[in-house]
Amino acid sequence: MPIHKRESRPRKSLFLSERKCHALQKMACTIREDVIDMLVEAGSGHTASSLGMADIFTAFYFHILVHRPKQPDWQNRDRLFLSNGHAVPAQYAALAHADYFSKSLLMTLRKFGSRLQGHPEYGSLPGIEQTSGPLGSASSQATGAAYVALMDHAPWRVYCLMSDGELQEGQTWEAMLFASKHHLYNCTFIVDRNNIQIDGTTEEVMPLEPLQAKFESFGLHVIRCDGNDMRQVINAVSHAQQITEQPTVIIADTVPGCGVDFMEHDFTWHGKTPKPGAESQNAIKQIHSLSGTIARES
Amino acid sequence: MSSAPKSAILKQAYLSHHLFDAKHLVFASTRVGYGQGLVEAGRKNPSIVVLCCDVTESTQSMEFKKTYPDRFVQLGVSEQSAASIAAGMALCGKKPFVAAYAAFSPGRNFEQIRTCICLQHLPVVIVGSHAGVGVGPDGATHQMTEDIAMMRSLPDMTVVVPADQIEAKKATLAIAKLSSPSYLRLARESSPIFTTPKTPFRIGRAEVYRQGTDVTIVAAGPILYEALVAADLLLKQGIQACVINCHTIKPLDTKTLLMAAKQTGAFVTCEDGQVAGGLGGAVTEYLTASCPIPLERIGIQDRFGTSGEASELKTAYGLTAPFIVLAAKRALDRKRGKKVSLIPEYLTLAKEKSFALKQSIQKEALERTPKKWGGSKSDSTLLSRHDS
Repeated sequence: MPIHKRESRPRKSLFLSERKCHALQKMACTIREDVIDMLVEAGSGHTASSLGMADIFTAFYFHILVHRPKQPDWQNRDRLFLSNGHAVPAQYAALAHADYFSKSLLMTLRKFGSRLQGHPEYGSLPGIEQTSGPLGSASSQATGAAYVALMDHAPWRVYCLMSDGELQEGQTWEAMLFASKHHLYNCTFIVDRNNIQIDGTTEEVMPLEPLQAKFESFGLHVIRCDGNDMRQVINAVSHAQQITEQPTVIIADTVPGCGVDFMEHDFTWHGKTPKPGAESQNAIKQIHSLSGTIARES
Repeated sequence: MSSAPKSAILKQAYLSHHLFDAKHLVFASTRVGYGQGLVEAGRKNPSIVVLCCDVTESTQSMEFKKTYPDRFVQLGVSEQSAASIAAGMALCGKKPFVAAYAAFSPGRNFEQIRTCICLQHLPVVIVGSHAGVGVGPDGATHQMTEDIAMMRSLPDMTVVVPADQIEAKKATLAIAKLSSPSYLRLARESSPIFTTPKTPFRIGRAEVYRQGTDVTIVAAGPILYEALVAADLLLKQGIQACVINCHTIKPLDTKTLLMAAKQTGAFVTCEDGQVAGGLGGAVTEYLTASCPIPLERIGIQDRFGTSGEASELKTAYGLTAPFIVLAAKRALDRKRGKKVSLIPEYLTLAKEKSFALKQSIQKEALERTPKKWGGSKSDSTLLSRHDS
């Protein structure tokens, strides 16, 4: 019988003004630029998904989450779990801009002695909620956390960002069974549907479609959105918050390498970084030229 | 064997009075002790939750489920997810116990235990029941012998192997207080209850149960009883054996081991698991570096288990007192500079026994083959057709 002091928690509206939307898009561009800078400094890392998920990270850390960057272990904070830990450069950049830690740390990514490990490690950095990298396990951790929230009548929600390739891990579906059995409506999975993995496109390597039907058959409420469209991402989460009986999954269609033309949709950019010099300069120039809007293929 | 001089067993170990009294010795499995400890731990600590992978009854988690239904989580057959869900719960302040068969947890979910639990330094308890060849007829797939090696290799992990029901209860209560990852190894089969509630137990501290100057026998798990019997047999041959209960394989109580090594100069390790990487591995690694002495290892020798009754398998794999006696004498011979056979006698004997047992058991069964399966006996001789 755990006795919990019910700390009040502000209700948060996800209303998005034009002005705020524009500011968020700008922040996403800043994060993209940081990602390129960090990865080139580090000399290794995963570029495509870090760029592809920049908008999602921005939406969460700067609009959706109820959190206190200066009090990262605040009991009533929303939990954001990252399952595809290789996309963490974008999360690190977002956390730094959200004031979880000094931006200077971004220089140390993947370096010996760094708190910015190649794949995120719990305890090494404020704002990192769990260790991840080995694919497929954060979904289970997220369901465990969501279960505890319901058990303790806690107000916070759990968001779990995952990649599409990792849905090939059987464990993901074990987690979905659990989430569905216990009606973990406070748990939302966000799938970065960028259609690529290391060896090729997901549909070549190990087809996932019909993905929506798969999730639905596991008892999840499925929402689709354009994962590089700030407004759509926020609307999708807002929609998910209104579902009160099922866990939800947002299949966010993203462009891998989004913002840099020679990386977009190219699976070979999954696990490599731009070369310093012309290549990285070109990438940064392109990200700047977006000037707050993402030019996407329809 | 009630003629054993009681003085050899240390008083402060408070072992059962019926230690060598077959008539009064009570049997129970270590998993039963875990089940009892779990309920008590649950009462003391409301943050304890139990996650079970479809084996509630056989892992003895049922009593907890009945007492605290709100804190029991049925996960179905999903050990990988179980380890991660437990981690998720621990991240939110719970103290989860994950109960499953050792063959699948940690057998199947090693990576999840490594990344989600150990790397995050979370206080999750992995309860691996049905460990060792003692599982019996289920066969090699379900006889987990590599779990100690796996769990021991993980930084931050505590590995505890209780020797009997009473110790298992104490171990469960102690492990419930840990704020770091731990592995509790349990056995399916009943084994003698030879400790008492007064017997000292502390995680990380090996207990000397019997003093001796010639050779040290260190054991973990129910096989410890065989070690005590072996020490008794050795005494009859004029050999004084020190017996140590090394229930915590990690962190290893190096102080006690080093003291015994210096005192006796010869070692035998005993376990129902792979000697490579198990207790045998742990003790060898430590002593080779700090006090190299002749050492013999009783346990599973780089093989898989097989179907059979637990008692048969223990003989076939050389896990009983007579084999420990041979190992102790060999270690002692080596210490005294005597020439020893290339292949240890305890291995040769186990091989012979195993062969003979297989032959006789198979012969007995095949001799009763009924006509419908090509034999000579009437179908009515099948056990299924008997009255009782």
